[in-house]
Amino acid sequence: MATLELEKIFLQKIDGEVKIEPKDWMPDAYRKTNIRQVSQHAHSEIVGMLPEGAWISRAPSLKRKAILIAKVQDEAGHGLYLYSACETLGITREETINDLHSGKAKYSSIFNYPTLTWADIGAIGWLVDGAAIMNQVMLTRTSYGPYARAMVRICKEESFHQRQGFEILLVLSNGRDEQKAMCQDAIDRWWWPSLMMFGPHDSESTNSEQSMKWKIKRKTNDELRQNFVDMCAEQVKVLGMKIPDDKLKWNEERMHYDFGEINWDEFWNVVKGNGPCNKQRLEARKKAWDEGEWVREAAAAHAEKRKKRKAA
Amino acid sequence: MNNYLRKFYYGDIPEDKAGSNIVSSSAKSDWPLWEVFIRSKQGLDHKHVGSLHATDAQMAMENARDVYTRRMEGVSLWVVESKYIHASNPEEAGELFEPAVDKIYRHPTFYDLPDEVNQM
Amino acid sequence: MKQVLIDYTLHLADDSLILGQRNAEWCGHGPVLEQDIAITNISLDLIGQSRNFYQYAATLIGNDSTEDSLAYLRKEEEFKNCLLVEQPKGDWAQTILRQFFFSQYQYLLFQQLQNGKDEQLAAIAEKSLKEVTYHLRWSSEWVIRLGDGTDESHQRMIKTIDELWKYADELFSATSYELQVASDGAGIDVSKLKEQWMTKVKEIFSEATLPIPGKTFVQGGGKEGRHTEHLAYILTELQYMQRTYPGCDW
Repeated sequence: MATLELEKIFLQKIDGEVKIEPKDWMPDAYRKTNIRQVSQHAHSEIVGMLPEGAWISRAPSLKRKAILIAKVQDEAGHGLYLYSACETLGITREETINDLHSGKAKYSSIFNYPTLTWADIGAIGWLVDGAAIMNQVMLTRTSYGPYARAMVRICKEESFHQRQGFEILLVLSNGRDEQKAMCQDAIDRWWWPSLMMFGPHDSESTNSEQSMKWKIKRKTNDELRQNFVDMCAEQVKVLGMKIPDDKLKWNEERMHYDFGEINWDEFWNVVKGNGPCNKQRLEARKKAWDEGEWVREAAAAHAEKRKKRKAA
Repeated sequence: MNNYLRKFYYGDIPEDKAGSNIVSSSAKSDWPLWEVFIRSKQGLDHKHVGSLHATDAQMAMENARDVYTRRMEGVSLWVVESKYIHASNPEEAGELFEPAVDKIYRHPTFYDLPDEVNQM
Repeated sequence: MKQVLIDYTLHLADDSLILGQRNAEWCGHGPVLEQDIAITNISLDLIGQSRNFYQYAATLIGNDSTEDSLAYLRKEEEFKNCLLVEQPKGDWAQTILRQFFFSQYQYLLFQQLQNGKDEQLAAIAEKSLKEVTYHLRWSSEWVIRLGDGTDESHQRMIKTIDELWKYADELFSATSYELQVASDGAGIDVSKLKEQWMTKVKEIFSEATLPIPGKTFVQGGGKEGRHTEHLAYILTELQYMQRTYPGCDW
């Protein structure tokens, strides 16, 4: 079949909300975009385990410890679902991991920030997972089948993440003065990076248009960011805390909250690799991978031996 | 400009603003890919839920249990090495599946029966 | 009588907590994603066990005792975990070997404890037995995989057997509180489990092409509060929040 004909069928599916599946014909750019987006989403889940995992050993109660382990485990699982989806696009997990370690592939910049106190764990749950959920709910309708299905599974698990984070902050906000201060401090540090999670302004987003046309993306960066601000501006009232933005104000005309401008210098710096934790995050992942080499080899070798013995 | 030559990035990060690029060596030990199917306690059939890497069926089963059943009660797990799955070719969908479409007499709704026996 | 039951329960709780804490250190650093999930699953199970035991101990102790006051406010010498579980996680070989030794022991222990006279301990043992069965299966397979894998993995296993073997004996040397609780029928005399444990370990080691060490100088005392230097570091992290912010809710 001629490429033009295949393209036509492809676009018909997109327009008709029919999912594109692994063996379907797809434009090379569509395949590449999905590989990049899905694998970077997967990397984010895995790298995200590090800032939160750091507090498992110091969780302030056994219940919180158990909850945090379960949550971080979920992140690993999410990474796995996404690597799975990625492999259906014709790339191996190893290749995607190499891209991560070489710096070629990105992961969500938010994880390049340090978790300095226990309250950070709450802030991450409320803000970071909250932002992620917004993005993810939208992605359950993405056009590539395996990606959409992975997102459905992830969304089911993700709401517990946001709730446990908010609960941590709620307990702090009702606690002693030092706990309240810890809570506000964490919100102060995580607010702006969370807004940055939605990416550059639509006007500076080089691929938004094509991603929207191919229904890889269903809402724009700014749209999602606005929804997020509106939601958090209300939720923060329950905590009795403040969002660190003196321009945050309800706009009756727009029926949305107005908010301040993101520090785009910081945004691009962190993306470029100059954030507080970029190096250590990547080094931790490389170390885990490199030090795990002998384990993977041994397991593969043993499986080979078993197969040979069985055949004999 | 041809759309299909453009590059796209997660979070819209153009490549010239990206970070360093250290080239790492590739590992030799790849674990095969396995597909996982789960039937829930009340379910009637096994559904495909995703894939994972494992060296043998035993490990694949345990990994599947760890990754995909943390929130489920009483399930049945199938794991199959991906290379053994044969999928129908979408390009052949026409010849494989369309002939069924116009044989509507295979559906019960095709038959108009008197009310007295319509529960059949 | 009651104090020995409390000590016994705390000992069981401490074993599970400290090992759960050690295993959780792998989170985000495992050799392969699927195994990261596996080891943290095991960690979660262990912490769950410890919580059950601590909650029971708290009711026995009364006053304002809670699972958290027991885990977060006792000092090293009050902890009754065995030395094996406080050893560092080491490399993957050390982690899975330590898990194998411990799970094989826990399996035999809980199998009997579920029929003990103390209803609570029996209930916890029965519930935990399923997950321990899984831990045992998972870790046994890894011992075999690494023992009979590559030269490197084999060497690492030899090294870690040498490292950990000295701590295995303590699992089976009964303290006085263990013996007293056992004589009441509520607990188990662990010295009676040693032979079976040895048999099972020999089986797995044989399939893994690993040697059973000869006579070794054994280390013990953890169950009586005499620990290695490791425990203090573990508790420093574990108890940090509650000690820095005393009397708060989390």
